[in-house]
Amino acid sequence: MKATKLRIALLWLLVPISAIVLAFAVSSIALIAIGENPASAFRSMASYGTQANSLVSAVNRAVPLFIAGLAVAIGFKMNLFNIGVEGQYRLATLFAAAAGAAVILPTPLHIVFIMLVGMITGAAWAGIAGILKVKRGVHEVVSTIMLNSIATGLGAYLLSNYLRKPAVGSELLIATPPIAESGRLPALAVISGEDLRTFVLFAVVLGIAVYVLIWRTRFGYDLRASGVNPDAARVSGVDPNRMIMRTMLLSGAMAGLIGMPDLFGFFHAYTLDLPTGLGFDGIAVALVGLNHPVGVAIAAFVFGWVDRAAQILDLEGIPKEVIVITKGVIILSVVIAYEVVKRLVQAQQIKAAAEATRELEEQEEAVAA
Amino acid sequence: MSWGAGDTSALVAAQASRGRRMDVRRVLLMVGWAIILLSAVRWVTAAPDLTSSNTYGTALRLAVPILLAALGGIYSERTGVANIGLEGMMILGTWFGAWGGWQFGAWWGVVLGITGGAAGGLVHAIATVNFGVNQIVSGVAINILAAGVARFLSVVAFTGAGGGATQSPQVTSQLPRITVPILAGGELFGWQSPDALGWLERKHWFLLSDVGALFRGFMVDLSILTLITLLLVPATYFFLWRTRLGLRMRSGGENPWAAESLGVRVYTVKYIGVLISGALAGLAGAFLVLEAAGIYREGQTGGRGFIGLAAMIFGNWRPSGALAAAGLFGYADALNLRSAQAVHAILLFVAIALVGLGIWYLYKRRILGGVMSIALGALTFVWFAVTDTVPRQFIFITPYVATLLVLAVASQQLRMPTYDGITFRKGSQIS
Repeated sequence: MKATKLRIALLWLLVPISAIVLAFAVSSIALIAIGENPASAFRSMASYGTQANSLVSAVNRAVPLFIAGLAVAIGFKMNLFNIGVEGQYRLATLFAAAAGAAVILPTPLHIVFIMLVGMITGAAWAGIAGILKVKRGVHEVVSTIMLNSIATGLGAYLLSNYLRKPAVGSELLIATPPIAESGRLPALAVISGEDLRTFVLFAVVLGIAVYVLIWRTRFGYDLRASGVNPDAARVSGVDPNRMIMRTMLLSGAMAGLIGMPDLFGFFHAYTLDLPTGLGFDGIAVALVGLNHPVGVAIAAFVFGWVDRAAQILDLEGIPKEVIVITKGVIILSVVIAYEVVKRLVQAQQIKAAAEATRELEEQEEAVAA
Repeated sequence: MSWGAGDTSALVAAQASRGRRMDVRRVLLMVGWAIILLSAVRWVTAAPDLTSSNTYGTALRLAVPILLAALGGIYSERTGVANIGLEGMMILGTWFGAWGGWQFGAWWGVVLGITGGAAGGLVHAIATVNFGVNQIVSGVAINILAAGVARFLSVVAFTGAGGGATQSPQVTSQLPRITVPILAGGELFGWQSPDALGWLERKHWFLLSDVGALFRGFMVDLSILTLITLLLVPATYFFLWRTRLGLRMRSGGENPWAAESLGVRVYTVKYIGVLISGALAGLAGAFLVLEAAGIYREGQTGGRGFIGLAAMIFGNWRPSGALAAAGLFGYADALNLRSAQAVHAILLFVAIALVGLGIWYLYKRRILGGVMSIALGALTFVWFAVTDTVPRQFIFITPYVATLLVLAVASQQLRMPTYDGITFRKGSQIS
């Protein structure tokens, strides 16, 4: 029995290993194809990426990715595909920035207020998809894709017509008014000239909270049960509609926090320079991290680190865009490797179960004799 | 997992097949009513752009990539493979279309664009059919991967050659265009023929001029790719519903286990569906480059793969429905491009249409739907009466809101392939 468990654990390890090997291989081929030396490219990335300020920057980049990954993973855990994290976080960041700029409160309250506005907006936008699924049977993938685009249009409309800071002189910057000092988070530490953002602490708390909620509470058990076998969960008394609504709201609320690290730590307003696409990156991070907070954290850091380390490539005359291919290959190979390994693991488990049954039968026969 | 509430009973299937013949007639009837109402609104509001041949021509050009993506979606989803990777495949189509067009000429752009999209389809097919990866997950991964590949290739191929990381050099080679002689003023052996419909349009007679403009819009400066795309609609219908291979492909989406037991090679038909799907999305990308922009730009697809998906759903997974939906979305886009006045005038159209729909509902004893529809119509009329313009962003979101509304209100009347989106494993039990 123990040997089987070990073998299964080793099999699961194959997933990240094969993904990394494949990603290296494909990126190397791409680099060779354009006449660059992959070994020297990887070497300079490694040496640049391990500098202290690079590591700090990688962590800063990883934090929003981590939160986005958590938001997606919560849905994935019960087979809900919240493709709409993108729209949810962008709308939430806009509302949070606008609301945060409109008030002045004592620092902790101000921060909490802004985060709450973001979470409520994200949850509300995700809730639309939840209601459509529960009441009208509209698949969440379709509705969230539509809601993403609607969020883009609605956000642009609200920003340019109502939430925009009045233009000063000939300034054409389209942004919300800046949030007051009380609604900002100073850097946790400054390492080699790079700010380590305070929100990283919040992210750790969020990760632990999600772990406890999904793996250590009754609600989390119901959620995972609904994901693994919805029929069995329903028969055992879990109301599927209520689970869908709650999961969607939770995922949306988490999505509402994705923009916060950038808002508190750097931009202090909703501007068009805020990073976009984090929602889709979150899907990638959740997939690569196998929907577990620890895995998501590792995946987010790897993606953040690769982003940062690749900056050096431009100085060496190598197109840093090669890493976008690297990331794409990682995603695709993880999902494929996951399916393959899942089947291998199932075969192992079936074999182990068969062996156990046979042993049992032999014992019974021995007793009978 | 399935996209929506799937029904398996033979009864539903029978009803659906009877509903199809209704569908074509109903679509034609609705288009007819829409044209009459549009003419009336054009006449009342004096907004000529509502029904000008220029608007119709622009609408057609904007509808083509959406329609191609929607048809691509139909091919894939009819064989039971959900394809939200259409956007990524279209991105590949734009890049390879531009590169081919720039290097070897426009026709090579078309060929390479199709090939690029099909390559994306191949990845999707390998992942979902052979490895059983969740189809949504694979689609998302392809969208991310395709954007990365396009960016990387741009840096490699276009930098220093008049382009860069985010755009290609100008593609100067062009595909042939057709203007119909006599009716729309095209040239006939070097002779400048009269423009009969143009003359009619300029008269601004109620309905007559509007219908003339509609036909003229489809006859002036018509791209050969547009023509091909329009022909693909009946061709798709014929292929999927009137040929043996088409039946087998659809059986892969309706019940792959039953199909397998009858000797259909389910993996093969799924591969065919997904590859055609990618090829059509790639063609849509090539069209964007070669006909719409003359250049590759990052983000050029602008979510049209997703709008195509919406058009496919809106059109009930059928070619004729996809055509109607793509036409509608294209028309909304065209108005937005051409004239703010016309966009405002369209509110009156929507208000009257909603009230009409509401009365129809009441007649059919669907009290709640009728009352809501009339109330919405009244609200829209108030909006029309008290404002002068409609924000641009509202037109942008129209296709998406319309699709959500259709799904929310009429999802019972939509019927997707029963086993669309569900992983099928060779030799497995029905799940």
